[in-house]
This record gives sequence, C-alpha cells and structure tokens, in this order.
Amino acid sequence: MATQEIQQPDAAALARPADGAAGGEEAPDMQGEKMVLNMGPSHPATHGVLRLVLELDGEIITKATPEIGYLHRGDEKIAENMTYTQFIPYTDRLDYLAPLANNVAYALAVEKLMGIDKALPPRCQYIRVICCELARISAHLLGLGSFAMDVGALTVFLFTFTEREKIYNLIEALTGARFTTTYTRIGGVSRDLPPGWADQCRKFLEEVVRNIDETEQLLTRNRIFVDRTRDVGVISRADAIDYGLSGPNLRGSGVEFDLRKAHPYLVYDQLDFEIAAGSAGDCYDRYLVRIEEMRQSVRLLRQCLDKIPGGADNAAGEPVNIPDGKTVLPPKYKVLTSMEELIHQFILVTEGVNAPPGEVFFSAENPKGELGFYINSKGGGTPYRLKIRSPSFCNLSILSHLMPGHMVSDTVSIFGSLDFVMGECDR
Amino acid sequence: MTARELALKLKERFGNLISDPREFRGEITVQLSEADKIAEVCAFAKADLGFDYLVDITSIDNYGSDPRWTLAYHLYGYGHHCALRLKTEVSEEASEAPTVSTVWRTADWHEREIYDMMGIRFRGHPDLRRILMWEGYPYFPLRKDFPLAGRPSNVPEVAFTKSAPMEGGPFVTVAGGADTMAREPRARTPDTGAGKEGK
Repeated sequence: MATQEIQQPDAAALARPADGAAGGEEAPDMQGEKMVLNMGPSHPATHGVLRLVLELDGEIITKATPEIGYLHRGDEKIAENMTYTQFIPYTDRLDYLAPLANNVAYALAVEKLMGIDKALPPRCQYIRVICCELARISAHLLGLGSFAMDVGALTVFLFTFTEREKIYNLIEALTGARFTTTYTRIGGVSRDLPPGWADQCRKFLEEVVRNIDETEQLLTRNRIFVDRTRDVGVISRADAIDYGLSGPNLRGSGVEFDLRKAHPYLVYDQLDFEIAAGSAGDCYDRYLVRIEEMRQSVRLLRQCLDKIPGGADNAAGEPVNIPDGKTVLPPKYKVLTSMEELIHQFILVTEGVNAPPGEVFFSAENPKGELGFYINSKGGGTPYRLKIRSPSFCNLSILSHLMPGHMVSDTVSIFGSLDFVMGECDR
Repeated sequence: MTARELALKLKERFGNLISDPREFRGEITVQLSEADKIAEVCAFAKADLGFDYLVDITSIDNYGSDPRWTLAYHLYGYGHHCALRLKTEVSEEASEAPTVSTVWRTADWHEREIYDMMGIRFRGHPDLRRILMWEGYPYFPLRKDFPLAGRPSNVPEVAFTKSAPMEGGPFVTVAGGADTMAREPRARTPDTGAGKEGK
C-alpha cells in the first residue's frame, strides 16, 4: 500500500507534460534554451574572415548576425593620400580572386572622371575585356571549387584549381605577377600581349571548356549536391533588389541584369554574349548561373582573340595606351633621351594625372557583382574622396534576412553560393 | 525616359527643395536642400519614379567648410535603366539625417558604414552600430582631421592602440603647393608632436 502511494503522484507528474505537448500547448520542459553559436572569423566555410553569430533553436537558425570588418585596411582613407596611379595596386587587394577585373574597373572610373574613357585605343579595350573575362573564369572556378568542397565534393575543388593554375600562368605571362597584377594604367595598360600569348590563351580555352563540362558532370545532377543546394537559401526577386544584390546572386534570383549589357563599357557592345539568369533564386540556381557565365566568358574571350585590332602579336603596332604624355608614362628610352618626355615622366610620377574637379560613379560587372568607384575630385592628381561600392558588402547584408529558418549545415551552402570575398567587403 | 526627365519630375514634386539637375560625364546629380526630407524624397523616387535599386550611399567630409558633411545617394531603376545621384548636406552640429533603410533595406549597412567611418547618425535606423571598426573604437577614421597614421586610443582593452609609423607618409605633391610635411599633417608621424597647424 505504501509503495503505491508514492508511485501514483510520480506517474501523474510524468504524464502531464506529455499530455500538454500532445494537445499542442507548449510545455515548459519541451522548449529548450536558445544556443548562440559563433561561426568564424576563422572558419573554413566563411572564405576569409567573416564572423557570423548564430542563435539556434536546436539545429534551426533563429537569428543570424554577420560581423564584418576583420580585413578592414582603410583603403578609402589610403586613396585620399596618394595619386590615382599609386592606388592601382590597392585595387588588386579588393577582390583578390579577380585582381585584373578590379584594375580595369578602377582605371575606367578614373578615365571617366578625366573624360578619356571613350578615347582608349581599341586594342587596349580588347585587352581589358580579355583581362576581365579571364578574371571572371578564375574567380568562378575558385568560387565553385570551394562551394563544392564545402558541401562535400572535394574532387571538383581539385579540378577547378588545376584549371585556375593555368589562368595564373597566363596572367603571369601577361602582367609579370600571378596574383597582384596591377596591370592597368590610367589611359592604358602596362604592357601589350606578349608574343605567343594569344595561342596559349586559345589552348587554355579549349581545356577549360572540357573542365567546365567535367565539373558539371560531377555536380549538376549529383544527388547529394542537388539535395544540399536546391530550395536552400532562396532569395526572391524582390528581396534581391531590395538588398542591393548584384552579379550572379542577383541573376540567380531571376533579374536579367548585367552591366556589360545594360551599360556597355569597353567593347562589350561589339561582342556577342548572353546573360545567364536563374528562376528559383536558390543556391542551385546561383551555381548554374556561374557555370553558364564561365561558358559565356569563354565565348567572349574567343571573340576578343579573333577580333583584337593589330592581331595577336600586334605586327601592325597598334597602340595600347592613349597617346598623351600628360596621362600615360612615356616609354623609358624616350625619358632618357628626350627632354619633353622626361618632364612628362617627372610630373606624372610626382603629381599624378591632372584630373578635373567633379564627381563620377563608375561601376563594372565584376565576377562578384557590381564593383563601383565613386570619385570626388577637387582637381589634381589625388582624389578628395574615393568610395568603393563593393558587391560582397551588399551581397552579405542579406544574410541576417536569409539565414533564419535554415539548418546550421545550410550556412555552408549559402556561403558557398553567395561567393563573397572579405577583402572586398571590408576594404 | 532619361535620367534628366526623372530628375525634373522629382523637382516638380518637391519644388525648390530640389536643385536643377546638373550633368557631368553623363551623370545627373540633383541637390536636396533639406537633409531632413531625404527619406521622403527617396520614398517618392522609389515608389513613383521606379528607382528600385539603391546602388550606394557615400558621405564626404568637407573639412573646413560649412556644412561639413555631404551625403550622396546613388539611385538606379531596373525598369528604366537610369541612374540618379541625390546629394544633400548635413551640418556638423546636426550630424544626423533620417534613415532610408525603411525605403531600401540595403541602406542598412551603407548607413552603418557611414556612421562608423564619419560619425553621421541616421535617425530611425534599426541597428546603428559600428560595422567595419570594432565595437568601442573611439574615433571616426574617414574624417579629414583623423590622421592617416591612426591615433592612439585611450581604451586599454582595445587592440591597436598605437599609431602606425608613417616614415614621412605617402609621397604626394601638388603643383605649386607646399611640400609634403607642411601640406599633409596626416602624413606626419604623430610621435614628432607637431600639430596640424603646419610648419
């Protein structure tokens, strides 16, 4: 009798919360405490130094707060204290996966301020398009490789990095540096295509197309990859525009917008290519957009190599710089032998190009999206204010809106598909 | 529809608050004379003029002149493919403007960056914290009176409390101007103790 009396209240106490949960009421014991998980800044999936503070309910993210700025170097402050030309190496370090594209975008912004962007020699414009598209392939190869690796497909990473290595070899032959290219100058480029470079590039294009095919075979119909990316990280068209997304992330959400088409710079209006756009706005669509963009870049590169004025080895001697001694450095032998060129050289090196007072905003379609430079000039060789509108910065601002409701493991897919670079985000 | 026509429509709606559109290098700029109206103007530009994409917000420090701050909003419309720059000025005493993050959500981070870098506050912003610098950093580094070398901060727990050695600073010369040491007080190593008055 005594033992029964003790057991009965116990049983009732156990049953009560179970009944309550079944009835749909929230039982106090069933609601766990929310956990805060700190992801990064040193985490392999954050591709650099992004820190994300996640608030978790079980494995579901309820709140995500991105913390950026770990790679802030004050590029805009630095730019105010040096000449336009001196800042070109700093642009390498923005989106350091596509330094050539940054060089081109920056040079075009300064040239727009000076009013000489339409006066660039055609050969220079073609070379710059070649640079942009090589950079795009290189950046997308890395983006896809690390994206695939993060969701478990290591092979793709090895495939794309093999191909990227070839791009680096091409870039080394072209600019003298593999990574920090600093290739453009205000009013031109630092040097012409080296002999035989165009053929190497053609050979590379044949190989990269095969590589893209192989990558697609590994991923596009891969069950694991599709499961981890489809319907994950869905960004609606309205949200993409509202959060200022650009580049493949915007196009993945179905906005067919590409600055190369909408506001063609360089010779993009003379070349045939198509805009890749998605429909669902999920991680999988962003992946497909990048694959297609690489194919379009190959198409653009082939056209450029065929159409480049002066031919591959420039037997005709087409200029690659604006023929103006007050904008572009004269050749060294002339500096050493001729008075006028010596003066130009001295003025350009000490004072920089003479930009007029005014303000311009120029943005280019970079691999990550719309990279814009706002230059406020009071005249002279130094910008009064230079603002960098970086695509990764805007693309990341959607995270706190996008993350809640996803599983922790989905963050990796979302990071990979947004394909950001912290050097550019933090500047 | 061109950017100039859209700017004139904006002027039609807001009258004398909006200046005549100016064009430089094919870009249209209009000036808004009252910074307090910026959210209203932006809301109209988005809803009625189709500027659905806020490309960027920039602040400029006109150090030494009044009003000290300029805000520049770069608007773009996916429908009409036109860009418009909207500028407004904020005095140093106010150092405040209404937020446009209610109009475009991308403005949230842009405004945080401006607050972080120049110290202009945005009224009604949901989460106005530092974004690139760390929480607790005491200065606004993009202000023109902030030295390039940085400033030692008096918050002992905060990292990087010493100024960076500049070794004379970047070599920048202006035609007919003073030499670097006189002209660029920011370029000087702070340890020399020289003020920004010059030589």
